[in-house]
Amino acid sequence: MIQAEAKNVNFYYGDFHALKNISMTFEPSTVTALIGPSGCGKSTFLRLFNRMNELIGNTKLEGSVTVDGKDIYARDVQVDEIRKRIGMVFQKPNPFPKSIYENVAYGLRVNGTNKKSVLDEVVENSLKKAALWEEVKDNLRKSAMALSGGQQQRLCIARALAVEPHLLLMDEPASALDPISTSKVEDLIFELKQQYTIIIVTHNLQQAGRISDYTGFFYLGSLIEHDKTQKMFLNPADERTQSYITGRFG
Amino acid sequence: MKRFRRILEKFIEGILLSSSTITSLTVILIILFLFREGLGLFNRSPLEHNFIIAVSKQNPVQDLSSDQLKAIFNQDITNWSKVGGVKDSIILFTINDITNYFSEEELGASLENLPQKLNEFIEANPGALMHVSEKYLPKKFNGHTIHVKNISVGDFLFGKQWYPTSEPIPSFGIWPMIIGTFLVTFGALLIALPLGLATALFLAEVADIRLRNLVKPLVELLAGIPSVVYGFFGLIVIVPLIQGLFKLDVGETVLAGSIVLGIMALPTIVTIAEDALRTTPLSLKEASLALGATRWQTLRKVTIPYAKSGISAAVILGIGRAIGETMAVLMVTGNASNVPHSFLVPARTLPATIAAELGEAPYGGLHFKALFALGIVLFLFTIIINLTVAYIRNREKK
Ligand SMILES: Nc1ncnc2c1ncn2[C@@H]1O[C@H](COP(=O)(O)OP(=O)(O)OP(=O)(O)O)[C@@H](O)[C@H]1O
Ligand SMILES: [Mg+2]
Repeated sequence: MIQAEAKNVNFYYGDFHALKNISMTFEPSTVTALIGPSGCGKSTFLRLFNRMNELIGNTKLEGSVTVDGKDIYARDVQVDEIRKRIGMVFQKPNPFPKSIYENVAYGLRVNGTNKKSVLDEVVENSLKKAALWEEVKDNLRKSAMALSGGQQQRLCIARALAVEPHLLLMDEPASALDPISTSKVEDLIFELKQQYTIIIVTHNLQQAGRISDYTGFFYLGSLIEHDKTQKMFLNPADERTQSYITGRFG
Repeated sequence: MKRFRRILEKFIEGILLSSSTITSLTVILIILFLFREGLGLFNRSPLEHNFIIAVSKQNPVQDLSSDQLKAIFNQDITNWSKVGGVKDSIILFTINDITNYFSEEELGASLENLPQKLNEFIEANPGALMHVSEKYLPKKFNGHTIHVKNISVGDFLFGKQWYPTSEPIPSFGIWPMIIGTFLVTFGALLIALPLGLATALFLAEVADIRLRNLVKPLVELLAGIPSVVYGFFGLIVIVPLIQGLFKLDVGETVLAGSIVLGIMALPTIVTIAEDALRTTPLSLKEASLALGATRWQTLRKVTIPYAKSGISAAVILGIGRAIGETMAVLMVTGNASNVPHSFLVPARTLPATIAAELGEAPYGGLHFKALFALGIVLFLFTIIINLTVAYIRNREKK
């Protein structure tokens, strides 16, 4: 079974060919890490899955991207409907300047769910899943901006989980965090994989090794190798993967 | 070489320091001047040119207010009992009436007998009220002068009459202009706010970069057009339009002023509101969109709340621009000095009054001082506006 798939994808920023003929599949309840040197196209690839690249003008996409068997770039697809089923966590924590509660409830509210009992329950569950509930349960009305960076990032994860996405996209979610917060987020990802399919961009190879089932190595816009994480790290097929993993470039 | 550089730096430093000192001093001096002249209206007799009001010695009345005097001169009050005196009719006497009582021979060729005749007159007429120049009073005067109450700030702010040159007592009530200013400004905002904010939203969120780079400078260009040009446009296009549309006798109305001012306030509102909207971080908009919010939901729930204080600043600065504007309003509002009760009647505003009348007000006179007092009121309005903006901006930083 396949949760998400990119097929012969080429992506251009203007004339710049950022993704070169990439095909990749993601199975349900797995974590796939995307690694590679800076500028190789990991973020661009990740953002294809919730059509975030469309916010930038003058881009072009070739090939197909499907989620749950559905072409998300098909003409009859409403982009906001797609995004409701796909959560995203960004590199820098970006909570709204609202209360903790309203941050988590946001996705439901824009969906038209305003019933307090429903919201209360979802907010609590999401914060629990994001391992933040114990720390904030008495201060749900406090501004999210008053939380620490690590707490903010877990709040952003809770916010993404609240709409019950099928697919969770994470772009270096721990890169702005201290080691303790990082390990909390990592534990969290490990937990979440039971229910969600996760694609995570990371620069931290140990992290990729710890949390992912599969790893894809990107280089200069191409997917060089994609395999089980263990295989990738112990016995990569391509020598560029080997050099990257052993720290010889990047 | 090094020495020379150090001297040069000291020199430049000195120039910068003295420039800023001069600038600050100038501003302070202007404000001081404004207040000195303007407040001068309130601590002197409302009678001009050393004129005084005098009555007979027996008359118990000691002081009168401007309003009472006006009523007496208009013959609305004809008996002393109405103003705290005995029951006796008031005999009005101004210097022009002198020939009705005395022949030219009696007065003398160069009026040398005038003081004495005044004495005789007041003795003969215990009910007289004299309005004469102080210099004609005899040394041993048989009457006493009436203390005319100073113009009070309350009379000035809330008085409904503005007859700055009327004799013998001018009226300086600016209530009609305060209301006129507020009505014109309010109308202008009613027009400029929706239009300006919609344009700002369009430019910040909808228009693609090329269109924006075309429209924004165009809007900013509007701010550079001299206000007479707007006034001229208003006079030629808007005034006749309003006159025809509402079948009015005159098209110069509050509404015409509001429309012209509204157009003039647009660039301020558009520019500042658009800048504010663009300060909303992309990461927040992305977060919202990634949660499945539509573009409009994102605008309403994230972008606008984030830019709220900037937008408020835009609104208030727009008001500031409108409230202080002179020329264009002067040209299209008709300058009637009664309290406007609708948008379709003529009115006048504070700045327009200053602009229209300062040229003909004699330097140092009451009228002149009254116009400066108008300036103070306007100054206070704009200060309040600017402080509000500063407050909002400050709060945003925290
Ligand atoms: N908005 C854009 N316009 C033009 N080019 C872009 C844009 N965003 C990214 N690129 C280019 O596309 C390439 C891939 O960028 P991308 O952000 O996907 O890299 P990345 O692998 O995520 O890098 P990093 O590890 O530094 O985040 C880079 O060469 C980058 O310069
Ligand atoms: Mg990236």
